[in-house]
Amino acid sequence: MATPNVPLWEVFIRSRNGLAHKHVGSLHAADATLALQAARDIYTRRGEGLSIWVVPSSAITASDPAEKGMMFEPAESKIYRHPTFYDVPEEVGHM
Amino acid sequence: MTVANIQISETPLVLYLLRRADDALILGHRLSEWCGHAPMLEEDMALANMGLDLLGQARELYSYAAKIEANGNDEDKFAYLREVGQYRNLLLVEQPNGDFARTMVRQFFYAAFADLYWRAMMRSRDASLAAIAAKSEKESAYHLRHSSEWIVRLGDGTAESHARAQGAIDDLWAFTGEMFWLDDRERALVDAGIAIDAASLRAPWLKTITNVVSEATLTLPTNNWMQQGGRSGQHSEHLGHLLSELQSMQRTFPGATW
Repeated sequence: MATPNVPLWEVFIRSRNGLAHKHVGSLHAADATLALQAARDIYTRRGEGLSIWVVPSSAITASDPAEKGMMFEPAESKIYRHPTFYDVPEEVGHM
Repeated sequence: MTVANIQISETPLVLYLLRRADDALILGHRLSEWCGHAPMLEEDMALANMGLDLLGQARELYSYAAKIEANGNDEDKFAYLREVGQYRNLLLVEQPNGDFARTMVRQFFYAAFADLYWRAMMRSRDASLAAIAAKSEKESAYHLRHSSEWIVRLGDGTAESHARAQGAIDDLWAFTGEMFWLDDRERALVDAGIAIDAASLRAPWLKTITNVVSEATLTLPTNNWMQQGGRSGQHSEHLGHLLSELQSMQRTFPGATW
């Protein structure tokens, strides 16, 4: 199948019990309306979602993979930032 | 090897159910022919999804027809063991896919009808039909939206897409009248509150079609001579070829199962 010369869109789905839209993949579509329909047809066929966002891929500013040392490695040695040293009381619920 | 065709006692309700089931099965099969051939992957999925919606509708209608007929037939026998002349679908739905524009125009004409039809049938006095209608209505509403969006983009797209969409409208127009036709046996079901009067859907259908077609900068033919015959088993040559593929497995290996 030929790759169509149409824009790429990123698809975000909020699942039935989900609290936020999650990125699920991408697709090609000529415009936003058709992108939304294509997202419905491709990513919610098994009842995965109750809400869809589509965003032009070109609107996303991404970090540079070559800079991952500078960007992310400094965080790896800071285990004290993880909330693993105390218990969350039951009553607090979902955090 | 030949396998005998089933015999059906076509009471008015059985006939009515088979007509609707055959519409859904044949159009669904047509859409399945696009699988792996659509212009883009996204549309391949969309066409298959719509085809599966229609197949699901056909199955429910066949199963209900089998129950009403109570003659030992089932959904598979209805689908696989009837010959061309026993099929009761609209001529519109058996027309070949052609190009993508033609497939979308055919879908648009049918979905604009089916959306109105199933919504009205939700008020059927027959509880089973009303339940099938409630499920089918949501599916048809989406088929209408999807095909409408494409009609607008094809018509108001390039000179090439416009010409193809207009050509499909002109060619398929004569097959649209059959959707609103009903015979005496259906009339009896309408009077009983089981069926709805399809003729009453023509005005709202035309309104939907006209709005979308004009937005698409396309035009509807002024010729209103309409082709019919599918409802009584008189089909175009295309249906036989379609059925020979659809039925090949059960005709070659009778009773084969997964």
